[in-house]
Amino acid sequence: MTRDEVLQDLRERFGEDILEFTDKSPTRVYIEIKPESIVRMGTYIFRNLGARFNIASGTDMPPVIEILYHFIIEDLNLLVSLRVKLDRENPEIASLAKEIEAFNWIEREISELLGVTFTGHPDPRRLLLADNWPESVYPLRQDYVEWDETADRTRGV
Amino acid sequence: MGKTIIPIGPYHPLQEEPEFFTLTVEGETVVDIDMRMGYNHRGIEKLSEGMVFENSTFVVERICGICSTSHPYAYTRAVEDVFPMEVSMRAKYIRTIIAEGERIHSHLLWLGLAGHFLGYNTVYMWAWKLREEILDVMEILSGNRNNYAMFKPGGVRRDIRAEDIPICLKKIDSIVPTLIMLKKAVLDDPVLHARLKGVGVLSYQDAIDFSALGPTSRASGVARDVRKDSPYGAYQEMDWNMIVTQNGDVFDKAVVRILETVESINITKYCLENLPDGEIDANIKDVPVGEGIGHIEAPRGETFHYVKSDGTNRPVRHKVRAPTFMNLPTYKATIVGQTISDATIILAAIDPCYCCTERVAVKDDRGRMLYNGQDLVRLSREKTEKMRQRMGGK
Repeated sequence: MTRDEVLQDLRERFGEDILEFTDKSPTRVYIEIKPESIVRMGTYIFRNLGARFNIASGTDMPPVIEILYHFIIEDLNLLVSLRVKLDRENPEIASLAKEIEAFNWIEREISELLGVTFTGHPDPRRLLLADNWPESVYPLRQDYVEWDETADRTRGV
Repeated sequence: MGKTIIPIGPYHPLQEEPEFFTLTVEGETVVDIDMRMGYNHRGIEKLSEGMVFENSTFVVERICGICSTSHPYAYTRAVEDVFPMEVSMRAKYIRTIIAEGERIHSHLLWLGLAGHFLGYNTVYMWAWKLREEILDVMEILSGNRNNYAMFKPGGVRRDIRAEDIPICLKKIDSIVPTLIMLKKAVLDDPVLHARLKGVGVLSYQDAIDFSALGPTSRASGVARDVRKDSPYGAYQEMDWNMIVTQNGDVFDKAVVRILETVESINITKYCLENLPDGEIDANIKDVPVGEGIGHIEAPRGETFHYVKSDGTNRPVRHKVRAPTFMNLPTYKATIVGQTISDATIILAAIDPCYCCTERVAVKDDRGRMLYNGQDLVRLSREKTEKMRQRMGGK
């Protein structure tokens, strides 16, 4: 399939799920979708279009938490980024890790750093943060404040 | 037979970096593995968000000591993608030279370490001796053996002087015969065949499912290389081969890296010989509102950076993904069913780099920087002083 055919195919197949379609440059496309469509659309792009999963990146942008799932279709040199916006008070989205192994670690990372719940994740343990890191404290949130009173953070400047 | 759990790490003589593996074994055979990381957090993503665009280049350069150029390369390309813009041809060539020089020294470093892990220290000595020559070339070109500080958004910071080029070419040429000899010696060595063939196989399907990258995927028959798939730099200007092998075992991963080193030497030589004239820096001023993605082929696989700009001089979000983040989970697929004596070399085969993978916890407060270089020196002096007092010294 050519680049245009792939994008046309996505538009037709997922017309209901797509909220906004941004054709930024020949190699970059950003598609904002409904959060409930992520598993269907992500699996389709990964399995049927033969894309590789680059990574997902989460950003805290009150009042929403935005997650971008980056896929690259290597034959076309086309990076497709699926954008979902989650409610910051109760960020929850279905996990792709049970379908595709590559999503496993990054979902764990986003869940501990930004506090997003990935429902149905096969292994929802912490990935990076220490065991004594308190629950419900998310370092990449905008309103993060220092919690460790014993830590020596002397600045001296 | 009962199951035994063998912990490796977090601090272990076999590992250069802290990482905790729990191997479940039945007799000699590994039946399950669990990995725990996060012992080496530095908070680089958050730190970068408090810095101006140009300074972040130096922070990400310090994510990894071995592939120190891959992160600035991906980051500068991400910032340039916000516009989007292209850098000048001369800057592209210089970037390619630095990136390929790094690949040569990184692959040689790996080869040496792999030999060392196998108790085959001759390979280690030979590979590291060759690597030294490449580090000399990098020092001539950039002034540093590592952490070259050559990149900036919009171009490169330092030009290559015409009079340095013949010296570099001569040095590179001088290692080629030895490298060919080493290549033959390693690939024909019956000891290495016996030790590495059929060990730690990553199947084609697993490489796809784990989205494995770089030599790890190419050894399993997945023809995947950012330099070919999403051309950047000067890679389109010359002919070179993507090395792909089919077996997916540790031996094939070694083959891919050794043959790639030879390709990289050819690319570097071509770029040095055909360096075009022109500006090296586009002098970009303000980064517009928007988001950008930069990805490049680092020695270990694709390095991926995502930058979001709100029109100020600092990124609102900077996401870093190093290749080991995707490659390390494949350990799960390759180790099960193998004997415990092979665990080390199977892990080493992906060329893991944990310091790249772990960079996200927070050491600052509301985005402000806590320490500068002088503070760190002062802190380290204070700590030494405290230790001295505790031990009763003067």
